[in-house]
Amino acid sequence: MDLSAISPTLLIASLMVAATPLLLAAIGELVVEKAGVLNLGVEGMMIVGAICGFAVSVETGSPYLGILAAMAGGAILSMLFAFLTQFALANQVASGLALTLFGLGLSALMGQGYVGVKPPAMGTLNIPVLSDLPFVGPILFGHDLVLYIGLGLTAAVWATLKYTRVGLILRAVGENHEAAHALGYHVVRVRILAILFGGACAGLGGAYISLIRVPQWTEGMTAGIGWIALALVVFASWKPWRVLLGAYLFGGINVLQLNLQAAGIAIPVEYLAMSPYLITILVLVILSADKSAAPASLGRPFHASH
Amino acid sequence: MIHLEKRPQPSQFWSLFTPVIAVVVTMIAGGLLFAALGKNPLEAIRTIFYDPLFGEFSFYYRPQLLVKGGPLILIAIGLSLGFRAGIWNIGAEGQYILGAICGAAVGLAFYPSESVFIFPLMILAGLLGGMLWSMIPALLKVKFGTNEILVSLMLVYVAEQLLASMSLGLLRNPEGHGFPGSRNFQDYPSGHNAEILAGTGLHWGVAMAFIAVIFAYILLNKHILGFNIRLTGEAPRAARFGGVNPTRLTILCMGISGALAGLAGLFEVSGPSGQISIDFNVGYGFTAIIVAFLGRLHPIGILLAGLLMALTYIGGEIAQANLGLPAAAIQVFQGMLLFFLLALDLLSNFRIRFAAKGAA
Repeated sequence: MDLSAISPTLLIASLMVAATPLLLAAIGELVVEKAGVLNLGVEGMMIVGAICGFAVSVETGSPYLGILAAMAGGAILSMLFAFLTQFALANQVASGLALTLFGLGLSALMGQGYVGVKPPAMGTLNIPVLSDLPFVGPILFGHDLVLYIGLGLTAAVWATLKYTRVGLILRAVGENHEAAHALGYHVVRVRILAILFGGACAGLGGAYISLIRVPQWTEGMTAGIGWIALALVVFASWKPWRVLLGAYLFGGINVLQLNLQAAGIAIPVEYLAMSPYLITILVLVILSADKSAAPASLGRPFHASH
Repeated sequence: MIHLEKRPQPSQFWSLFTPVIAVVVTMIAGGLLFAALGKNPLEAIRTIFYDPLFGEFSFYYRPQLLVKGGPLILIAIGLSLGFRAGIWNIGAEGQYILGAICGAAVGLAFYPSESVFIFPLMILAGLLGGMLWSMIPALLKVKFGTNEILVSLMLVYVAEQLLASMSLGLLRNPEGHGFPGSRNFQDYPSGHNAEILAGTGLHWGVAMAFIAVIFAYILLNKHILGFNIRLTGEAPRAARFGGVNPTRLTILCMGISGALAGLAGLFEVSGPSGQISIDFNVGYGFTAIIVAFLGRLHPIGILLAGLLMALTYIGGEIAQANLGLPAAAIQVFQGMLLFFLLALDLLSNFRIRFAAKGAA
């Protein structure tokens, strides 16, 4: 084993890359849950986003068009969930599971011709001077556009929830939908918009995996990241900055276990590979004592006739 | 304007007929999907739903119906108990894997013994393996209030890694020339889950599935525990006042579903699949969720839904071989079925009224 082969600069830089799909999916789900909806279909929306982004990038040669397609793909799939839970008033847990099962199949079907294909690369934003700084340069200024979008989105969601009227309405709908309805807000409309936003974010997160982090297409390549994103929202007690912190923590664990695998540590590969899931469970246990932060109407269906 | 009016009680008629309508609508939507893939939709639907039952080679496919349906029914029966009480065990796939690993490990430990006790011992180990794996989310839920959906799911990924590790390491066949995978139980009579009646597909796991259906039916309709499960799902507050202990109920429901999933895994590994291998699990634990809902969480419904889902698997394989239909198309088809079912559920819980706006 040779631990000296692990470079701290590269470790931190790749940690940020590993954390981005999680961050994107979790920040989207945070908005959905703040609106009082529990969408368990994150994994499904991510994998559909991953293949939509991949296919469109390969066909058009533009990773940016691919990114847009991934967001559209995730959002379209989330419309199914919105229809089921908001109009047909179906059980949210079952509908979310349906979304994931359907998404895994659909993505496998769409990805038939794309196994082994290389997507066009999305360049890093090399900012002159800043990117060339030692240590700080490659960590902070040598990344791709989407990674910065993820950071920007976190800040935007935080500010919107905290300071704007839109954020206030969203939170009201999530905390007490009866009261929000009585005040004249369109509970269902707000929730549908939140679900679409969550879908687009998950799709973007998925495309980040297939276009930038891995970059290739394999069936089921999201491998539970969507579920970890759901756990992350609980971990973060529904606070955007803690989502960021959590994503980097999990990204760090993942990168570290991959590096340890590469360094040939004595622990078998399979046990290292299960560590992110085990740590997720551990974190869930530690943090689940405090349920006070959860939106009060989370998971409860709303129907105006009550 | 369309107006929804909540029924005081879910409609019995629609509860029974929405699954049937959902299947028909899925066939239509599936036909459109197959047409989009450039296949003749009528031929594809006929290949999937008719050929395995009545086609030229149906003598071969009909037993397969039990082979594929058995584990689905067994797992879904367990899941349905929890789902009824609002306890969401989504990790049956992991419990299925652990049942297979534990059961196989016990059997392989005694290789090449010829004792008649080996197989019963393996069954016990499979049951316990699945149950212990389901106890992790159950105990974390009752002790710390941890979300059982997320924990049981995370444990699926852990179980998959464990499976890979077992088939590459501890349980690898010492005479397998270094290839991953355990000894094959088909060559180990005392640990082999053979067919009870040769050529019918009826192995011990299928028999167990039928027993589970009867057991669940009696439990839900005649036993106080079944009553408590139903009460907790329909009126949690009333259940608490009625003296139902939620902790015990959670552990019981999770334990039963884990044990049944573990049994399914053991019967599969010692029978149809034959060995522990890296890709031993094929998603029965997830498909069983669809089966449970399609069967309306009712034992008889689950029996029928399991057989129907088995039919889509077998028909899908025939369509794959004969028509070149991609395997993933069947997965999409199964997912669609769940969608339509959930959407059509609206009919059993609400009346649809067409009224002028503002009249209400």
